[in-house]
Amino acid sequence: MTSPVFDRIADIIAENSEVPREKITPEAHVINDLGIDSLDFLDIVFAIDKAFGIKVPVEAWTQEVNAGKAPAEQYFVMGNLAQRIEELVAAKGTA
Amino acid sequence: MRLEYFQMVDRVVSLEADTITVSSQVPEQSPVFEGHFPGHPILPGVLMVETMAQTGGWLLMALNGFAQMPFLLKVSEAKFRGFVTPGTELTVISRRSHDGSGFAVTEARIEAAGKRVADAEISFRLLPFPAADLEAAMRGNARRIGLPGFC
Repeated sequence: MTSPVFDRIADIIAENSEVPREKITPEAHVINDLGIDSLDFLDIVFAIDKAFGIKVPVEAWTQEVNAGKAPAEQYFVMGNLAQRIEELVAAKGTA
Repeated sequence: MRLEYFQMVDRVVSLEADTITVSSQVPEQSPVFEGHFPGHPILPGVLMVETMAQTGGWLLMALNGFAQMPFLLKVSEAKFRGFVTPGTELTVISRRSHDGSGFAVTEARIEAAGKRVADAEISFRLLPFPAADLEAAMRGNARRIGLPGFC
């Protein structure tokens, strides 16, 4: 059972890339497993920003990963990505 | 405009909130017109896209205080609605429609004599300047076109 946020993100990825919807599982790594390239990824982030009314902090996440402060899986495995998005949406609601 | 140098923007007319307006005069003469097209010289659509992209680029650099350089990422829905001939005075307007993390999206249009001749949605990747020479050149060009804050 996946969350509505996960399903919405998976739909967005399928709409903005050549990845079949059924391949987008909670365990899938956006880049390593789904093969999303950087252009498609920014298109996907743009669509997520618009769909949820947030600004996905891709630069900060990438810096954390590159600096070894966070594992890439924390942000770029689908289940975790959906969770991060849910947190951003919740934070927006309380801001 | 100096087409051979990809210098598409002549002067900033205004910069307000998320929108920039610039002016550019299409040159009367250019080798570009010898090929595009013999006997019917018109500004190539691809150079109209470049003009809208540079206008959006100046907007984004003004908004981020030259912290990052915009690089062309995506051109969507480009439409060319009329011929642009040598000597035409163009007004180019670009508005930042989305401020993302590491990228931005703009809506741009070109007008000639108050009539829209081209428009497009243009996205940019925002990266640190890859070379000090490039940043210096861009700052010099910002002064040349009168970008507010860099005159």
